Amino acid sequence: MRRASLLGTVRLGINSLMLHKLRSILTTLGVLFGVSSVIAMLAIGEGASEEAQEQIRKLGSRNVILRSVKPTEDVVSGGEATRVSSYGLTDFDFQRVDQTFPGVLRAVPVRQLQQEVRLNDRALNPRVLATIPEYVSVTGRPTSEGRFLSPEDQLRFANVCVLGYEVARYLSPFETPIGKRIKIGADYFTCVGVLLPRVPLGSDQPTPGADVTGEVFLPMETARRWFGDIQVKIRSGSRDMEEVQLHEIIAEAESDEAVPSIAAAAREMLARQHKQRDYEVVVPLEQLLRAQETKRIFTIVLSSIAAISLLVGGIGIMNVMLATVTERTREIGIRRALGAKKRHIVTQFLVETVVLSIGGGLLGIALGLLIPVLVEKFADMRTIVTPAAPLLAFVISAVIGIVFGLYPAWRAANMDPVEALRHE
Amino acid sequence: MGSGGLGSATAVAELRDITRVYKMGGHEVRALDGFSFTFQKGEYWSIMGSSGSGKSTLLNLLGCIDRATTGSYRVRGEEVADLDDDQLSELRSREIGFVFQSYNLIPQLDVLENILVPLFYQDDPPADGEERARALAERVGLGSRLGHKPMELSGGQQQRVAIARALVNDPAIVLADEATGNLDSKTALEILALFDELHAEGKTILLVTHEAKVGERSERTLKLRDGRIDEVRDNRVGLAASGNPG
Ligand SMILES: Nc1ncnc2c1ncn2[C@@H]1O[C@H](COP(=O)(O)OP(=O)(O)OP(=O)(O)O)[C@@H](O)[C@H]1O
Ligand SMILES: [Mg+2]
Repeated sequence: MRRASLLGTVRLGINSLMLHKLRSILTTLGVLFGVSSVIAMLAIGEGASEEAQEQIRKLGSRNVILRSVKPTEDVVSGGEATRVSSYGLTDFDFQRVDQTFPGVLRAVPVRQLQQEVRLNDRALNPRVLATIPEYVSVTGRPTSEGRFLSPEDQLRFANVCVLGYEVARYLSPFETPIGKRIKIGADYFTCVGVLLPRVPLGSDQPTPGADVTGEVFLPMETARRWFGDIQVKIRSGSRDMEEVQLHEIIAEAESDEAVPSIAAAAREMLARQHKQRDYEVVVPLEQLLRAQETKRIFTIVLSSIAAISLLVGGIGIMNVMLATVTERTREIGIRRALGAKKRHIVTQFLVETVVLSIGGGLLGIALGLLIPVLVEKFADMRTIVTPAAPLLAFVISAVIGIVFGLYPAWRAANMDPVEALRHE
Repeated sequence: MGSGGLGSATAVAELRDITRVYKMGGHEVRALDGFSFTFQKGEYWSIMGSSGSGKSTLLNLLGCIDRATTGSYRVRGEEVADLDDDQLSELRSREIGFVFQSYNLIPQLDVLENILVPLFYQDDPPADGEERARALAERVGLGSRLGHKPMELSGGQQQRVAIARALVNDPAIVLADEATGNLDSKTALEILALFDELHAEGKTILLVTHEAKVGERSERTLKLRDGRIDEVRDNRVGLAASGNPG
């Protein structure tokens, strides 16, 4: 026998809602948009923060990076001015970091050269970096073929180089560049390996020509012997000479805990040693913490927006349900007269509200899952939909149905049957 | 006809010293004022009286959708005043069959579902409810309209569905308030014929009306005035019966 089972009541509720299709659909819109914005915003937020964190991780979260920065200064007037500006990190700085800083596992110096790189008729201007073998382990970059620079290369002042992946692809697109003699500046260096970026490459192919921002690595000692300390930059007619001993010092900490003290020590040392502000200290871990803090604030803002939109949706549903209860006063009277208990009436209207809100919630989840796909496709932003988000949204919409449905349902159940029956 | 003599009859609804007072601002309206009466099983009563005499009030009390201000009302021996709201509702779904002037079918339900509503709310509904509902629909001539919505039926047909609904729970009393009031005379006669049949089957029927012709078709007529019994008449012999002492 059909009785007041939940399934039957749900079916009845849907029947009643179908009597006013447009109104029911409009009522669900509040919850629909609320839920879909929750999911979409969470996905976009999650994606953005993941992207930021990945960029930071690319630098190595245990590293403290000291960089040379050309100090801002008065522009030299006059046309053919030739001058040597000397700034930046020094070998002395490196010694200090490497040998005296507590908590430093190892430190790596990097010098950047301004040289053209050429193989046969293909040439480009990548970042030519002179460094030591430890560079590869400190930055955590894998080699795709061959090897990285070795201690013997240093000792023998070997004329070898390691190409970054993009540079290798550009210079020697069809065969391995290993063993080839690459012309850097005026000299030839034998390629011994190809280095991959820390983060796996995307599908984008390197575009040929000047756009290629790849890297080429040389042994530090070899570079010092061939290229000296002074860099010449041609800039809008004037010839700028720069003397920069080191462009970067990467210090790897023993542990995450050692990172802040190394950063502090580096800042203090540089402030003491350098008369001008020709350096910066980059601490990926600090950036990571900042990114997490930003994400936390972002999450709070998002949740508030979502909460407000869901609240508005819930009030909308309550409003419509109150109108429905008034409209169906007579039906309530009939049902009560025929034996419906108060709880039957409560259930009936509560089920209708929950069906409305869950219906809106499900549509909202569908829309909310669609939006990140579109954002990824058209706005070129990364999005991450965590499985918890749709689940959470579903639970929230059900809760909204119950919370905002209780009062109208209670009103309906407590009507006087005689009065209700008299209602037109 | 249906019921035997008063002596052998069993009481279905016993009212003792019932008053129903409505408080309207400052003054009170005594819709029922010391009303005592007993309706026996199988009787077919019409309840008449001028407007405002308390007919609907009486019917609402009998149907347990309203409570008396004072007095005792027993349905099949059970004291209604002692029941809470849930128990009262359960009592309605088991013992009462309502037929309203304006049919009062539920618009979103079809004929079969409308007939089933009282069983739907019973704590322990009978297993054969659906067959019963189908049989009743057949009985009132709507066996082929089970899937229709009330909107698709004429007034007379809707009232037939309402009567089937009032019978589905095999109630102690069928209460009808102006059940023919909205119908043309031909259709009204059909409905009254249906009541006659039900009476012949032994159902207890109380029919509120202010049409003398309708009242005359019943077995007995109870006439109210100002919330009290004005006259009790036995229509079978056309003479005033001895007042039901209650
Ligand atoms: N809810 C109410 N509040 C106040 N007074 C009421 C209420 N319901 C009924 N009354 C009063 O009780 C008295 C009896 O009313 P009732 O509805 O029982 O009359 P009735 O015999 O059914 O009349 P009618 O033939 O017009 O339907 C009337 O005086 C009426 O005004
Ligand atoms: Mg009346």
